[in-house]
This record gives sequence, structure tokens and C-alpha cells, in this order.
Amino acid sequence: MQALDDITVLDLTQHIAGPYATKLMADFGADVIKVERPGGDVTRTLGPFLDDDAHPEKSGTFFFLNTNKRSVVLDLKTAAGRDAFDALLARADIVVESFRPGTLDRLGLGWDHIRAAKPGISLVSISNFGQTGPYREYHLTDISLYGFAGEMYSMGMTDREPTKMGGTAALFESGAAVAPALLATVMASELNGEGQHVDIALAETHLGGVDRRHATAIAFQFSGRRTLRVAGAAGGMPQGIYPCADGWVDFTNAALRPDRVDDMLGHPEWNQDPIFVKARTRGALPNAEVIEAWNANFLVWCIERTKREVWAEARRAKVMCGPLFTTQDLFEDEHFRGRGFWHEVTHPVIGTFEMPGRPFIMTEGGWAIRRPAPLLGEHTAEVLREAGVPATTVATILAQGGAR
Amino acid sequence: MSQKKPLEGIRILDLTVVWAGPFATMILADLGAEVIKVENVNVWQPMTRGGMARPPAALLKVSAAWAGGTPGNEPGARPWNYNPTFVSLYRNKKSVTADIRKPEGLEVLRKLVAISDVVYENNATGTMEKLGITYDWLRAANPEIIFMRVPAYGSTGPYWNARALGVHLEAVMGHQLLKGYDDADPSHGTAIFSGDYMAGAQGAFAVMAAIRHRRKTGRGQLVEIGQAENASPMFTQAIVDYSLNRRVQTTIGNRDINGRAPCGVYPAKSPGTAAQQLDRWIAIHIEDDAGWGALREVMGDPAWAQDARFDTNDGRAAHHAEIDRHLGAWTREQDDYALTHALQARGIAAMPVLEASRTFDDPHLRDRGFFRKQRLENGEVYEFVGPLYSMPETPIEFFQGPVALGEHNEYVYKSLLGYSDAEYDALLANGEIGMDYAPGIS
Repeated sequence: MQALDDITVLDLTQHIAGPYATKLMADFGADVIKVERPGGDVTRTLGPFLDDDAHPEKSGTFFFLNTNKRSVVLDLKTAAGRDAFDALLARADIVVESFRPGTLDRLGLGWDHIRAAKPGISLVSISNFGQTGPYREYHLTDISLYGFAGEMYSMGMTDREPTKMGGTAALFESGAAVAPALLATVMASELNGEGQHVDIALAETHLGGVDRRHATAIAFQFSGRRTLRVAGAAGGMPQGIYPCADGWVDFTNAALRPDRVDDMLGHPEWNQDPIFVKARTRGALPNAEVIEAWNANFLVWCIERTKREVWAEARRAKVMCGPLFTTQDLFEDEHFRGRGFWHEVTHPVIGTFEMPGRPFIMTEGGWAIRRPAPLLGEHTAEVLREAGVPATTVATILAQGGAR
Repeated sequence: MSQKKPLEGIRILDLTVVWAGPFATMILADLGAEVIKVENVNVWQPMTRGGMARPPAALLKVSAAWAGGTPGNEPGARPWNYNPTFVSLYRNKKSVTADIRKPEGLEVLRKLVAISDVVYENNATGTMEKLGITYDWLRAANPEIIFMRVPAYGSTGPYWNARALGVHLEAVMGHQLLKGYDDADPSHGTAIFSGDYMAGAQGAFAVMAAIRHRRKTGRGQLVEIGQAENASPMFTQAIVDYSLNRRVQTTIGNRDINGRAPCGVYPAKSPGTAAQQLDRWIAIHIEDDAGWGALREVMGDPAWAQDARFDTNDGRAAHHAEIDRHLGAWTREQDDYALTHALQARGIAAMPVLEASRTFDDPHLRDRGFFRKQRLENGEVYEFVGPLYSMPETPIEFFQGPVALGEHNEYVYKSLLGYSDAEYDALLANGEIGMDYAPGIS
């Protein structure tokens, strides 16, 4: 038994944010019916691909984002496609979509249709800026989302352009934020016996989410202060990013516990210099000369050690530190391997590869991979038959391309 | 008739610190759970209600705005109620104080556990155990309790007790080497704490999953979020590229991970300098040839853009730096918002890169009614960024301002736990509970 195995999700989302949210639902047990347009989810066209072969069944990003889902290809512009949609709707507990606002209405499948066809069900609409307002039609990608609604402005060097996060991290954050809303919407429907049309704007999941931005906004109201963009180079005792023998290590606020720093370094005498003692007194302000003097010993200590060696000493002494891992370092790391984080999945086209496993560990009812990401339209016939769609309609849909 | 909130009737004891835990309980509070933050007037939790309980004004002034930007840039009375990071995460929650290091305080916590559904904590590994708060102890108080824990690297394995903040998780997940300038080393980047966002959002999801499971089985459980594991899917593309192709990705700066060009952050007409925090920038992402054609038209099709090398995406990607120079020279003279509207009218994903204070001037967010006013203990009303979702039948209301330390002592001790007026007054008089940190706490 899985925690969400009594929920059926009719999933009309594509790309990253919606599919990451419905992946969480699916991986914890929900039956997620992924309705793809003929040609499929756009993520099927986005890499990285196995062997760099841009084939719609070889996208590693799709492979990760769509585990445990069943794929049904429907052309919602056709009568047969809409009939099939209604049949799927009748068996669903929640509908989630990420079309441009107004699209479902134009197809005759909007909220008015859904609530009339299945009283009590809810619709969650995910869009860039929400279903209302002057930007409702505006387009966003990861970089413009993060620039407008995230903390990009303060990221980077003062005299250079702001920089984004790695990959499409902002879109994954939005997906993580959508997931609790999906579950809450289901729970509200169960509690009240009534549905609702939930409006989630990706921009608002960032503006309202935890990120320095949310605090900087209120700080401006409190104090009139704005954000300075400033890089995090070494600037404490220790604090910031330092080079080491094979890369970089990051320390934070270590001066709060000089005893631990002494233990880590094995040179308690270094910290005893009166200028360092004075710099550590309560309320003392940062001083570049002191930092430079302190670094004279510390940089040598770092550069004589690998990032793993530095981190091992820091862990032993309970100093807050992290090595700058590459993805390979992370992938090969024995800690995460030993905990069983990486999960091997066998896909009929891609083959057997590892992907990130459980996002959290439930003692019972938790995460499981029951099936790999679906081939395009792999489950069209199966799901439509389950939903009681007449064989002739199924045949029409398959002829229209519903098998692929 | 108004509908019940999705989590109405669920009570959560909040033992969380810093960001990852408080973000989860904020989402849960917004969705209708009663979240009670258990605090201690005799113990300062760094980086939750601020860096220090009583920070010197001079230190606040040299701190970043998000850490030091208190009302009027002064510590004021009870500075712990005004730390910007804190107030942005503590709406809709309640606060009670108890010294859980002492048996009497721990007994208060035990009584609260007995009438709660969830205990949520994300302290440094070992902190709860030192206080005697284990899953077994909680289960003895309440057999159906759901216990949420968020150790940085999980409770097992060689790193189980590594001290970490969000920034260190970013490092270990590989984020630090996947972000920042592609022509400068990682010390030229700025820390970000995206893992806290992921753990908070997915932690809220985990609580609801565990509640549903309990409704079906009658059993509570222990749920563990290993924070680095939880957040690493943010870098799915880099991870699957290594898994499938054994390729190690490195930072690509502001480029598109899928190679669509141009994609970047360009200067816009600015009223001041970066040092004054008055520089302006616009993010522009061209996704296909049609988008490039539209950009050329908006620019008035200058001669440089007519270069045949730029007609295809491959050509634009190969000459990205050259395009950036030309494009930046043009955008530098443009108003960021006017250019955004002109480009969006042609379907181009362009948005101004907003410094936080400008958020409040955005016409779309105003039209959406996104901001919410809240009154703080000092009597002043401030505008806050709004909720993550619009749920029309179960609306997210900001019914409780960022909670003051001990604001709900009377409610919790008297209404929930049944203490008499005399018992409550005795606790107050002894300094066991209160709304101020003990005088010795700095």
C-alpha cells in the first residue's frame, strides 16, 4: 500500500514544473494518467538524450520526470479526443493542466465543463503568471522566471550581470511547490464534497517561496534598504569559498565556534593572535586586513588537502563546511550510495540507468517505482478501455495517432 | 457557506529552525493546519529569529538587508520579532515558550504532543536526542504521531552528523559548480539556498501524504527528508547526463541548458549604479528562429542582426558572445519594463530582473491582489508578498501576522493544556515562559 494509491490524477501538464509535481504524486502511489498531445510532451524533445540521440523516447529528463505515469495520446481538438477526456474525467479525483490560460476553455474543456461533467472534482491550473492579470498571456522560461520572481538580482558580482541558478532549478522549485497544492486540493474536495478551480502562477510560487527575495522585500519595507549583488569569496575566519588541492570548499560562520576551528585545523595557536581574538568579540565589524592575515595560514592548510579531506576534518570537528562536488562526485559518493539514494530503472528504449530515488523516506506507504516513464501513447488503449470508452472510439483515437 | 480548509483540524508542533523547516510549516499553516512553534526564552536559535537576539545597531547596518534590515535599521524593542527572514516565514503560526531542557518544560511538550498530529523538526543532528525527544518518546506520548525530520544528509551513512546549512548542501549537490559565471571561478558566485525551498515544499507534501496514510491505516510514522537527496533532482539534467552519458556538466552561466540562443541577462537603462543597487537588467530568452525574427523586428532590424550566421540556432549559439555584445549595447538604452512588454507582445520570454523592492510596483502583481497587509507588534502595517496558490473556495488568508515570541502562551497553556490562572501566573513570574528572551541571551 502506498499513501496516495487511492488518488487518480488526470494530468494535462507538460515540460518540468507540472510533471515534477505529478511525478511526486505518482511515485507515492497515485494513478497519474498523463494525457499527451499527438507528438508528445515537449520534454521528449529536450535533452540530455542517451548518446546525444535526439529521439522522443531517449530524453533523460523525461525519463526522470515521468516515472509511474501512464501515457495516453489524445487530440483534444477532435470530438473523439474530447469524448475520451470526459471518460477519463469521470474516473479522476483531480485534473491538473498547464496550458496557456484560456486554452482549455477554447477546447470546451474548461472549468465550467469539468465541474458540470464531474461535480465535486477540482481543477488545478498551472501557468506562468496566473489565470488573471495583464501578464496572463506572457511567456516565461527558467531564466526569466528566476529574474522576475526569484533572487537573481543579488546573484553574482557587483560590476557584472546577475546570474541564474544551475540547470532549470527554478522550474523544479515550482514543481516542488505545486505538489502540496495538488494534495491539499484533493484533501479539500474530500473534506467538503465540493471542488474548486485552483490558480497557481509559477511567478507567485517564487515570489511567495523561501529565497532571500521574500526577506529582502520585507526588509525594504522595514528599512528602505535594497539588495546588493556581491560574490561570496573568502571573507571570514573562515567564511566563503576557498580553493583546495583538487577544487573548492565552502565554510560558513565558522568564527562563531573558534574552538571547533582550532580542532579542525590542529593549530590552536593560530587563532590566539590578539588581532583575531579582537575580531571575534561581539559586534566586531569585518576587517579586510584581519581576514588577509588569517587566510595566510588557512589557505595553505586548505591547499594541502583535497576537498574530501578538508570536509572530513570539518565534519570531525563539527565545523559547517561543504565540498564543491561535481555531479560525478555526487553520483559516486559512498554516503549516498550506501543510503540507497540512487535508484535503477529499466526503460524499454533507454535501458537500465540510475536516477535520483526517494525525495523522502516514509516508514510505510512511501516511494516506489512501479513502472518507468511511459513511451508516447503506450497506455492509450489500456487506459481508455478501463475508462469504458467504446471500442470504436478507441479505434478512432488510435487511428488519429493515439498509439504514438 | 464557506468550505473547510484542506488541513483544518490538523495540529503541528513546530520545532523547526532557519529556512527549510519553517517554509514547510508555513505552507501547512496556509492550508489550514494549526502550527504551534515551541520556543525557549532561555535558548537562542541562531538564524531563525535573526543572527543575534539583541544585535548591536552597527552590526545590523553592515549586514545584508535580508538579515539586518529591521524597522528603521534599529534593533528596537524585541528585535527577534522583526528579523526580515523570520517575519517572511512565520505568518499564520502560533508561538508558545517552554524551557524543554528542563523536566517541567519537556512535560509541557509531551502534553502538546499528546494532542497534536505532527511534530516537525530540522535541527542539527543530535539536538533532539540531547533533549530526550526521540520518535519512541513521541510515540509514547501519542501512538499516532507523525514525526518529520530533516537531517542534512540523512540519519545514516558517513555524513549523518555533518553540520550543514543550505549553502553546504548546494555545494555537495553539485549546484555551486553548475551555477555562476562561465568565465570565473566559483568564489565569484553568490550563495543561494535552493535546497531549503525544495525541502520545505516537499516536506509539506510529505506531511500530507503521511496524514492520508494514517487515515487509511490508523498508523503514524517517522518520515526522514535527507535534505541533499531531496533537493538534488533540481539538477536533473546534469544528473541524467552523467547517468546516461557519463558527461560532467559545468556552469553555463546564463545560457539555456538546451542550447537555444541567445539566452542571457542584458543591461537596461538604469537610474543608478550597481553599488547603489539601482542597476537594471533584463532576461531575454530566444527559443527558436521565429523568436529571433521577432527580436530583430523589435530592434528595428539593425545591420548586425541581419548577419546570415545568426539565421539558425546553431549559428546563434556558436556566436553567442558576439550577439550578447550587440544586444547588450542596444538594451542598455531601453527601459526594462517597456522592452519586456514589447518583446512579450511578440511571444518572447523576457522579464526584468527585479531588485526585491521593485516587486511592489509591478502592475500585474497589483492587479492580482498578490500582496497582503499585516500589522506587527510595533503597530505598523507592512505589505508582504502573497501566498503560493490561489484556492478560491479554501482561500489562503493571512489571519495571523508574523508571530511574536510567546504570543500564544496564554492560549496554549490555558485553553489547550488547561492550566489555571494561578499556575500560568506562576510560570510567568518564574520566567519559565514569556515574550522576551532572558536578559543574558545576546
